[in-house]
Amino acid sequence: MTTVALKPATMAQALTRALRDAMAADPTVHVMGEDVGTLGGVFRVTDGLAKEFGEDRCTDTPLAEAGILGTAVGMAMYGLRPVVEMQFDAFAYPAFEQLISHVARMRNRTRGAMPLPITIRVPYGGGIGGVEHHSDSSEAYYMATPGLHVVTPATVADAYGLLRAAIASDDPVVFLEPKRLYWSKDSWNPDEPTAVDPIGRAVVRRPGHSATLITYGPSVPVCLEAAEAARAEGWDLEVVDLRSLVPFDDETVAASVRRTGRAVVVHEAGGYGGPGGEIAARVTERCFHHLEAPVLRVAGFDIPYPPPMLERHHLPGVDRILDAVGRLQWEADS
Amino acid sequence: MTVMEQRGAYRPTPPPAWQPRTDPAPLLPDALPHRVLGTEAAAQVDPGLLRRLYAELVRGRRYNAQATALTKQGRLAVYPSSTGQEACEVAAALVLEERDWLFPSYRDTLAAVARGLDPVQALTLLRGDWHTGYDPHEHRIAPLCTPLATQLPHAVGLAHAARLKSDDVVALALVGDGGTSEGDFHEALNFAAVWQAPVVFLVQNNGFAISVPLAKQTAAPSLAHKAVGYGMPGRLVDGNDAAAVHEVLSDAVRHARAGGGPTLVEAVTYRMEAHTNADDATRYRGDSEVETWRAHDPIALLEHELTERGLLDDDGIREAREAAEIMAADLRARMNQDPVLDPMDLFAHVYAEPTPQLREQEALLRAELAAEAESEGTAR
Repeated sequence: MTTVALKPATMAQALTRALRDAMAADPTVHVMGEDVGTLGGVFRVTDGLAKEFGEDRCTDTPLAEAGILGTAVGMAMYGLRPVVEMQFDAFAYPAFEQLISHVARMRNRTRGAMPLPITIRVPYGGGIGGVEHHSDSSEAYYMATPGLHVVTPATVADAYGLLRAAIASDDPVVFLEPKRLYWSKDSWNPDEPTAVDPIGRAVVRRPGHSATLITYGPSVPVCLEAAEAARAEGWDLEVVDLRSLVPFDDETVAASVRRTGRAVVVHEAGGYGGPGGEIAARVTERCFHHLEAPVLRVAGFDIPYPPPMLERHHLPGVDRILDAVGRLQWEADS
Repeated sequence: MTVMEQRGAYRPTPPPAWQPRTDPAPLLPDALPHRVLGTEAAAQVDPGLLRRLYAELVRGRRYNAQATALTKQGRLAVYPSSTGQEACEVAAALVLEERDWLFPSYRDTLAAVARGLDPVQALTLLRGDWHTGYDPHEHRIAPLCTPLATQLPHAVGLAHAARLKSDDVVALALVGDGGTSEGDFHEALNFAAVWQAPVVFLVQNNGFAISVPLAKQTAAPSLAHKAVGYGMPGRLVDGNDAAAVHEVLSDAVRHARAGGGPTLVEAVTYRMEAHTNADDATRYRGDSEVETWRAHDPIALLEHELTERGLLDDDGIREAREAAEIMAADLRARMNQDPVLDPMDLFAHVYAEPTPQLREQEALLRAELAAEAESEGTAR
């Protein structure tokens, strides 16, 4: 048996490593976006890439998100694999027309003749004290657009593995990076960093039998913390990390809920019209006869993302999750 | 004191390192559109090219008429005619080498056909068959683009990628006057100039964005003037003069291929038909304006030049028209066949690998189709 040398690494470092390895493995991989070159990205995720691979492979573009994504479309048409950075969630909105009208559907409208292997990195979500327009969770918009894959890592290992998979994918992938987990550390094996499931597989982060917390991205550590806290209340919670919102892993989720009989969906995007509604519906359709209580949602409020001084009230925290878990002791007559 | 003078008074002294980056003068378009036909310059143009342009214009006009007729027969859902603009369409197609790429808008089926695309394949979008009826890589024609100006950054990206690969490829992107107001127009031109991408933008200024005239679209002296702000040359050309459009575009393509970067060309032309068959052009323009432009018809201009110089006679004219009729008859015959579409194709090209969710929906549709077939069988 070989011993694996695990070293502490941050999610940001794993993402950088994924970009570097992808660029080294495939000369068609091009990183582009505002500030990704000389500066190495505002979160330093692209640090060193321009130096190592040249400015033609890691390009500082003009400040124009539609232009960044639109030119990436043309580059992909010519056989390159662009990895574009949107810098902050709400900065991606000017690129929505390109994303929805072209990136997502080019394969379809050309009947497979023109796939677009573009990875769109979107640092997303709150919890870092960002001012307005720097903390949105826009995953529902992406999920609602056929033709896109939507993935979001919650661990250092997944950050590496999922980003490599996204870049290798022949389809466009919206790669949502939870900003507040950039500096989360984990013991990670940098010598064998590829061991991760392909896009579309959820994973049970913590097994349990009393109820399932279904979550993803920045809410995964919160749910794990809640699961630890719930032990004191006699609850043994299972935590499912979706990792991929499109495709959705119905199998893993339904298997978990059938085991536990209860489920709470947790995310920081707003609840109304949010991912949780879709997930709860899918769970109900598949597990109705196994359910001991309605599927509940713990989500951000249905408000524009609040100012940083108030964001702790908006973001689903351990207490709000535990409250929901308490409500799972549901009785039909109550 | 005027506002500008006031601002001048408050303008800080530039730091020593500051230098104007470019002398804008060489980038500015001429005040009047460039013309070749009817001028001395016409004698310099290769007669073979003029004849070829003529044959393509005649064919193009017939194509527009046939496609318009097909909408009336319900064979096309919609057709945005380029009648009156054929010189731009044809020149755009003919200036490109086989390895180059064309990025058409929804009005530019004719450019695609003039580039060699099967007319039926060019019309699948407009008849409601599959969106893009051809493999873009095979013809190096991007899908006809319905959203305005969004194809322009694609052209820039493709041209940039080609240059990164050291390929000798130029991209030519077509856009209308209305499209120049879109954000993607700005971003595409800016990226192209910063990257010095080998791309040519051809604005077909046909006077109207559906019903909105150019004067309500822009306050710029001309659309070609917009180029100077990006640091690329702007060229103004008579869009009904096929020889002039061909010359200006050829120069721009040569410039781009030689590493000189992008050019913005504005071709001043006129849309003789309504925006599409669904539009009523009489609500926003008068007959006299249309008639003025009819007198400046691209085919008549070239025909006059060729016959005056003895390069074309009645037989030549008849030949061109007969060739156009053959094309039209073939198009009509093939468009009158009902296309057979496979509903299961709905799921075939959403992703490289269908998601589990799409597989479920695929199974549902398959079952529905089977039930339908069975009930039809019973009914018989």
